[in-house]
Amino acid sequence: MAATYGYFPGCSLKGTGAAYEESLLTLFRLLDLSLQELKDWNCCGATSYMSIDENSAFGLSARNLGIAHEAGHRDLVTPCSACYLVLRKTQDYAAKYPQIAKSIEGSPAAAALDAVKIRHPMELLYNDVGMARIKSKMVRKWKGGPVACYYGCQLVRPFAEADRAHDPTRMDELLRAVGVPTVDWALKTKCCGGSLTGTIHEVGVRLNYILLKEAARKGAKAIVTICPLCQYNLDAYQAEIRKETGEAFDMPVLYFTQILGWALGGDAKSLGLGRAISGCGSIKEWFPKRTQEVEVHA
Amino acid sequence: MLKANGDIRIGVYVCHCGTNIAAVVDVKALAAYSATLPNVVVSREYKYLCSDPGQDMIKQDILDLKLNRVVVASCSPHLHEQTFRNALASGDLNPFFLQMVNIREQDSWVTTDKPAATQKAQDLVRAAARRVAFNESLERGRIPINPAVMVVGGGIAGIHAALTLANAGKKVYLVEREPTIGGHMAQFDKTFPTLDCAACILTPKMSSVKNHKNITLWTYSEVTRVDGYVGNYKVKVKRLPRYVQEDLCSGCLECLKSCVFKEAKVPDEFNMGLAKRKPIYIPFPQAVPLVPVIDPETCIQFKSGKCKKTCIEACGDRHAINLQMLETTEEVEVGNIILATGFKAFDAKRTPDYGYGLYPNVYTALEVERLVNASGPTGGEVVLRDGRTPQTVGIVHCVGSRDENTNRWCSRVCCMYSLKLAHLIKEHTGAEVFNFYIDMRTPGKGFEEFYQKLLNERVHFVRGRVAEVTDWAMDPSEENKLVIRVEDTLAGLVRRIPVDMVVLSTGLEPQADAEQVRRMFNITCASGGFFLERHPKLAPVSTFTDGVFLAGCCQGPKDIPDTVAQAGAAAAEALALIDAGFVLTEPNAAYVLEEVCSGCKTCVPMCPFSAVEFLLEEKKARVNPAMCKGCGTCVAACPSGSIHQHLFEDQQIFEEIEGILTNA
Repeated sequence: MAATYGYFPGCSLKGTGAAYEESLLTLFRLLDLSLQELKDWNCCGATSYMSIDENSAFGLSARNLGIAHEAGHRDLVTPCSACYLVLRKTQDYAAKYPQIAKSIEGSPAAAALDAVKIRHPMELLYNDVGMARIKSKMVRKWKGGPVACYYGCQLVRPFAEADRAHDPTRMDELLRAVGVPTVDWALKTKCCGGSLTGTIHEVGVRLNYILLKEAARKGAKAIVTICPLCQYNLDAYQAEIRKETGEAFDMPVLYFTQILGWALGGDAKSLGLGRAISGCGSIKEWFPKRTQEVEVHA
Repeated sequence: MLKANGDIRIGVYVCHCGTNIAAVVDVKALAAYSATLPNVVVSREYKYLCSDPGQDMIKQDILDLKLNRVVVASCSPHLHEQTFRNALASGDLNPFFLQMVNIREQDSWVTTDKPAATQKAQDLVRAAARRVAFNESLERGRIPINPAVMVVGGGIAGIHAALTLANAGKKVYLVEREPTIGGHMAQFDKTFPTLDCAACILTPKMSSVKNHKNITLWTYSEVTRVDGYVGNYKVKVKRLPRYVQEDLCSGCLECLKSCVFKEAKVPDEFNMGLAKRKPIYIPFPQAVPLVPVIDPETCIQFKSGKCKKTCIEACGDRHAINLQMLETTEEVEVGNIILATGFKAFDAKRTPDYGYGLYPNVYTALEVERLVNASGPTGGEVVLRDGRTPQTVGIVHCVGSRDENTNRWCSRVCCMYSLKLAHLIKEHTGAEVFNFYIDMRTPGKGFEEFYQKLLNERVHFVRGRVAEVTDWAMDPSEENKLVIRVEDTLAGLVRRIPVDMVVLSTGLEPQADAEQVRRMFNITCASGGFFLERHPKLAPVSTFTDGVFLAGCCQGPKDIPDTVAQAGAAAAEALALIDAGFVLTEPNAAYVLEEVCSGCKTCVPMCPFSAVEFLLEEKKARVNPAMCKGCGTCVAACPSGSIHQHLFEDQQIFEEIEGILTNA
């Protein structure tokens, strides 16, 4: 029987990160896992809310947890790192500071604070599915070059639950399991620029530039992410960086779910591979629209 | 026992302790109140009761007014109970007819509410006056002291303590876990701030240990069991087989040369794995004893049984090599034990941001000590793992120290050894050397001057905790370098400093097995895991177990001068006990009323000091008064109420409680 998980997409996966949602749903389908999207979910309360009005952020976050709890979910799959962090932070702060717990006291969310476990798909695939099962379902060999796994900051810090805080490796392990070579690089948890690309643009873009440059220096042909904001930042400003610095990276910035989904037999469209901004040439070459032959894994 | 309705004559004495008590407690009112209590013959207040005139006053009152009980309301009995007991004794009164009331630490120092403080003092004095009526005349016991001493750990602390005791004519057993004595100091090249050669000052002491007629040295050995109590410890020592007999070996080392391993292949522990050794080896040329060890994990004969055994051949008629050697156990009786078990260097892999184990050119300070040492793996040349000489070196302070994520304490020696290494690296290579520090801590004799000297040598100092060491190059000047990223908190800049070599100044930690050692010797650990001294200022080398003393880094991080001073102090404390010949016991031991004891043995495992034994024939428990610390655990645990305790008899405690609760 297919395992069912609660699913909190957050705003990004319905907008700039649509490819993430498409590839996530495809991958889960290929693994016989079912995701049930929360009904009437709202903003997770991340970045701007949290920095301006912490209490409202906790309230927003708690409401989502309450919905998940009422729907009977024990696990809530949260692919966006910002959502993941803010939901975990709400649970953590409510446990540590009674005044915060008090502000949501009496609401259905209160019971959910302990009962619902926030799961990032990377960690879920690693722990619940396991490398052996993913490997056994592999039907396509990787045709692209080595990739740089980029974890960003919010998934592993401060809650080092999805992976190690300073040196996460689980995405590398998952990709290597389906035959994708990954490079070792020091910047895999460094800042992508976050929302600075919208506020102090030149600083945000510079941070992007640093990541792209180092990934290329280490021989990576693509960057693979687990966060919609990281993906967008790294993908969207490559043309601008080229204008500024004269350096053309034209590097695909993919979701780990796209690569895993492809290895397990998903097609380019259902994995959202057509939505990329940069590195489209490589993407077309690595993920052809019509696969002539499917190489079944020995 | 005198009863409360007998002829009880109490004197109450209230101390001002300058203004420590008098500024908060109304001492005049307290004395006046005390005079109204039953059986109180006299009540006085005085500025400093612990002074000679204060004590004389008590003595004179005992003689003149025929007092037979004394209550002193002053400081903690930890400080002056003995003083006032002596005053009673000088008035020919048994010293245990004294009851102290702590109106300073437990009253005046902890409140500013004067009426409440005075009220509390009155309550406490009233309780003490009721209790003291039931106090008994007690005698202290005497425990003879065995003059032999065991020193555990053969680093500089253990060596110095052992030599001090042995030179005073005492028998010493020195036990060391490693195949040689010398400890960490033997690995160092130079010592700060004088830059004298560590080996030159250490090895003569090591030889003295070997040659001293009063020292029995057991290396490659560990203490496995400790029984007994101050003056009368029984210690078991496990001696691992080194497969070369110490009594037959002449130290010619022919066996090393003739080992079938022509090349050394095993990572050499003494050189932090930077060099290789053979399966039969000595840790370093001046090892004491100079007797090789065979490591059965790597020796072909032990692994396959098919070695040509060229080592035995080379040893010839001496027959010192004995592959059948077995582990043995020694058991000795000693009166005192000095623990000098040292420290463990922080494992730099626990701070992954600094890249130790990831980037080959990141070294720990101890590794660099071996690199700069003339007898080290490179003959004293500071070269990187690929053979290059570094042009730029970054020394990162406080790795595993002053860090919420690892250890909170300052390791005390790292600033100074970092300066020393900076000097030595610059001297050996001419490299540009950067120190990255949080604060420079140079509070020893000649330390600040050494820091100034380094500043004049143009070593760079950047104030800021290093964020990370990375191979991420921003521009061509950083290619193939390690980049140290740091916030320079003096310049207010985030800096990237490319270097060829990174040295991590790792901090000091308790030994990995400190907890087991603590249990075995029945002492306590402080929060960080270092052994706890009895008092941080006034009993810095004693422990809460009499006859067990501490020396060196097992008590906390410290440098060589402090370690040696502490080792001398520990030896002196042991000598003081030995030369006194006996210790007096506090007569607060528990005792068993045999006729009531049912022999249920509940008390036996409860005793944290192993003082309760079970007499098999009589089927009764018995408390050894010499080992009993008077904690009262067995008294409370005894289901039949057959265990009592001197100074804490039920009647005394009930009187005190009732006294407190009877609000006059």
